[in-house]
Amino acid sequence: MIYLAAEHFVRAPQWTWYILFYFFFAGLAGGSYAVATLLRLVGERRDEAAARLGFYASFIAVLFCPVLLTTDLAASWLKFWHMLINVTPGDQGLNFKPGSPMSVGVWTLLVFGVFAAVSAFESFALDRRDRNAMGDPGRPMGGVLGRAFNIVGGILALLLASYTGVLLSVSNQPIWSDTWMLGGLFLASGLSGSAALIALMTRYRPNAAFSLGRLHEADGYFSILELVVLVAFFITIIAAGTAGMTVQFLPLWLLALVGIGSSLVAARGHMRIRPAGGAAVVARAGTDTLVVSVLVLLGVLALRAAVIFSAQ
Amino acid sequence: MATTITPGESYGFFTDTSICIGCKACEVACKEWNQLQGDSPKFLADSYDNTGQLDAQNWRHVKFIDNVPDQTANAGDGRAWLMMSDVCKHCKHASCMDVCPTGAIIRTEFNTVFIQQDVCNGCRNCIAACPYSVIAINESTGTAHKCTLCYDRLQGGLEPACAKACPTQSIKFGPLAELQQAADVRLAALQSQGITQAQLYGRDDKVYGGLNAFFLLMDKPETYGLPNADNAGLPSRNDLGGYLVGLVTAVLGVIGGIVAFRRRRES
Repeated sequence: MIYLAAEHFVRAPQWTWYILFYFFFAGLAGGSYAVATLLRLVGERRDEAAARLGFYASFIAVLFCPVLLTTDLAASWLKFWHMLINVTPGDQGLNFKPGSPMSVGVWTLLVFGVFAAVSAFESFALDRRDRNAMGDPGRPMGGVLGRAFNIVGGILALLLASYTGVLLSVSNQPIWSDTWMLGGLFLASGLSGSAALIALMTRYRPNAAFSLGRLHEADGYFSILELVVLVAFFITIIAAGTAGMTVQFLPLWLLALVGIGSSLVAARGHMRIRPAGGAAVVARAGTDTLVVSVLVLLGVLALRAAVIFSAQ
Repeated sequence: MATTITPGESYGFFTDTSICIGCKACEVACKEWNQLQGDSPKFLADSYDNTGQLDAQNWRHVKFIDNVPDQTANAGDGRAWLMMSDVCKHCKHASCMDVCPTGAIIRTEFNTVFIQQDVCNGCRNCIAACPYSVIAINESTGTAHKCTLCYDRLQGGLEPACAKACPTQSIKFGPLAELQQAADVRLAALQSQGITQAQLYGRDDKVYGGLNAFFLLMDKPETYGLPNADNAGLPSRNDLGGYLVGLVTAVLGVIGGIVAFRRRRES
């Protein structure tokens, strides 16, 4: 379909389901690594168990990314490496174009994938080492170098979670190209979804329960950020005259708002929970976490679907 | 017009819509030379044009823009039907080329924009970027297709098939400088005849740095589905701003995480 509204006379690229789920998993992969790094570096020693859950989540999420990306290629998935290597006769070499967010994103995914894999395997090795430690996770490997590794990985993780929005903006599509907010919006949403995901995973790792309230608190801050950027996003597309195109996907926008609202409600409820609260409090918190996390993750997916489909 | 085609020189089209009769000979010649099968015939119920749009099978498309007044009181002042043979503009600042992550889209020795089929992997980033809705995916190859400005013919010293077939010389091919001169002369002639609405589109650098395939229009660009100079933005206009908002969000997000995860004294 070609849009003739406003100043856009452009064809839709038909980026649909594969790209939607790629954006979802890229947001969770980047967000989980960033949250895990923060837990490890600024959290208490008892946050290490939740940090390792974050590294596991990041690695598993990032595994989906190249599969979805290459499957979406219209030509052949065997040509995916043309993103990395220029095969133009006479111009062969590495292919990196700073002005193309897709090129930046592919390299980011590749390099971040190494960081995610190393951190996940480190977590696995630490968990094996600590399995007789009665729930007290030991220190991560590498000392200062290990922390530096996590920081570099965390920066790449933030880039991975946000570049997908910039990719959409660097186009001539209605909505997408009418705003600068999408990178920030997807990043804030990815961080929120990741905090919710790690909180959900703490249900299955008792020694990570200490971090539950802190994860919900972080999720609350990320959601406030997401809400602010979402408002800014709508202001910019209203100014551009393309906001009307979002109406047809109103249920998706509402679901995204439900996710944000759930995070805020949960954050308010959990900020007071401490391990000293007793087993009953932790058990109730676990039940809330399941509902809240599912709603937040659905919101993360719905937000991306709303943005992707509204413009096409 | 016999033209000697020299690599290293800029070539293009000057399409004078004031003398286009909508015969679609250009569409047919393009399909014949480039072995394009065309889309399945369909009735679009939109004027007398059933080609519809430029796409992977239609690298030339004659737009029929119906301005016939409901109450016909005059001949329409030459604007009742606007015919325009649309094509890839081969922009000097090409949006598609900017965003292509594979390097498949290149500028040729004739200063035209060309998609290398063996390099393209079908990511469709160029489709999202092209402001003229020119590029589309060929269903059989899965790669992005558009007008090549008959690259193979230029290499053989031949003018593009559409320009050769055009019976009214609405489509003129040649060195860009010569075409621009011819366009200036034609515009002056029309305006001296009182046709003040005539205007050149893409002749100067106000639209994407100038177009190698530029037009003489009989109405404002938007009427033909072309962005005007104010709205002709490159995708890269959002590059820095997009990353900047991402960076600010990242900093605030990290601060949020630090506040939430900071070490606290147990109460």
